[in-house]
Amino acid sequence: MDVALIGASMTEFGQHDAWLQELLAEAGQACLADAGATRDGVEHLYVSNMASGELEGQTGVMNALAADMGLTPAYAQRVDQTSAAGGAGLYAAWQSVASGASEMTLLVGGEKMTHRSTAETTEVIASLTHPVEYKHGITLPTFAGLAARAYIDQYDVPRESLAEVAVKNHANARDNPYAQFHKDVDVETVLSSPIVADPLRLYDYCPVTDGAAALLFCPESVASEYTDDYVRVSGIAGATDTHVVHERAEPTWMGAVEESGRQAFEMAGWDRETVDVAELHDMVTLLEPLQLEALGYADRGKGWQCLRDGLTTRDGEMPVNTSGGLKARGHPLGGTGVAQAVEIYWQLREEAGDRQVPADRGLTCNVGGFGNCVTTALLEGGA
Amino acid sequence: MSQLLAHRCPNGHLTYPAHAVCPTCGKEQTGTVDLTDRTGEVVTWTTATATPPGVRAPNTLAIVEFVVDGQSVRVLGGTTTDDVDVGNEVRPVYVEELRDPDAGIREPARQSWDGYRFEAV
Repeated sequence: MDVALIGASMTEFGQHDAWLQELLAEAGQACLADAGATRDGVEHLYVSNMASGELEGQTGVMNALAADMGLTPAYAQRVDQTSAAGGAGLYAAWQSVASGASEMTLLVGGEKMTHRSTAETTEVIASLTHPVEYKHGITLPTFAGLAARAYIDQYDVPRESLAEVAVKNHANARDNPYAQFHKDVDVETVLSSPIVADPLRLYDYCPVTDGAAALLFCPESVASEYTDDYVRVSGIAGATDTHVVHERAEPTWMGAVEESGRQAFEMAGWDRETVDVAELHDMVTLLEPLQLEALGYADRGKGWQCLRDGLTTRDGEMPVNTSGGLKARGHPLGGTGVAQAVEIYWQLREEAGDRQVPADRGLTCNVGGFGNCVTTALLEGGA
Repeated sequence: MSQLLAHRCPNGHLTYPAHAVCPTCGKEQTGTVDLTDRTGEVVTWTTATATPPGVRAPNTLAIVEFVVDGQSVRVLGGTTTDDVDVGNEVRPVYVEELRDPDAGIREPARQSWDGYRFEAV
């Protein structure tokens, strides 16, 4: 069964006093209102979240949200795939409708993080690592430092080219009212910010964020009852890479991005060149060029050139991270993969305001761990 | 006597750490190779300045590749000094406690806390 998106919403990303349960409800309620749907129709509820238990001592958030939104007795399930929980939620929600199990599925993803210190949230995220990694004090930002040195060393990549990703995404976020940051940065600022994991610096990395985002799924056959301008899920696939990052043959090759992208494009029957806009998982600047390579938009070691060649700028052939990306929209772990698809939904419906680009087809790529778990989704304007 | 062990399947593939089956061919890993007295080459490295609770700061980490009978296996570990570069030859040095087991989020009994850092040859 073909699956459509008929509603989307997100909270502002940034620092909130509200706890996760309230953030999820805010996004979920706004999504139903956006679609003109009522709670009675929702048969499945998926909540994408990595660490509410670890971060705020609140588990069972799917049941809490179902109750708060008056959705009971709807089936409710929390979806965790670390920072790819949102993408995994897209896949779960798509499956629920595609299989015929649910006639209407609400997906809400979110995280509440800023009440904890950066060191504490980094440690919670680092708990996904293998014992032989964890014992050495590895963190996700540190994996990025290891990969960045290999990338620069192996392919003669200009260090500035990574900073340029931050500059682009911060500039995009200025036009996104939901983004955490609304200020430009320049290359010099990025390259003079404090070192986090040499050669990467503070402004190469995404911030810690509170926020939630939501999408409403239904069979395409009934989508036009809700909107003339629905969005079709044309392709979606997930894949995994090694748990232990040093076991990969190439520290800079994102195998799960390659595999999930390959499967998603095969399902959609699209040529890669037909994608008009993409949201990639720039947890750190480096990951944007690495995903462009693994998705087939550049040769190995050449992904950094996509921005300089103008492919990924807002006026380019395939703008990347018009929302500001994780870098500047913010990265509330379980909320990110959902927010990526919300941005594409808005772009395809021409609801993206000052950052609107011409787009009929869009791509999202959500990455968990350091490329450990990935979901790629291909969305298309349906009407 | 502690050892830095890679794990080997009947087809000769090596991994560090061990897995339920060889990730390459699916055979059970039945052998080990002791890397403790071997040298390896630095594939990449980083110096992290923002480190988690109970971890030294700064924390220089490297991915080191060992080649045994034509098969390569990689190991992540800290370095004994911050003076390291890609291509350096290094050897393992035993460290009794790599980070404070009581300071981080992981249950102390969940895993071992000793292991190996690398020093330049």
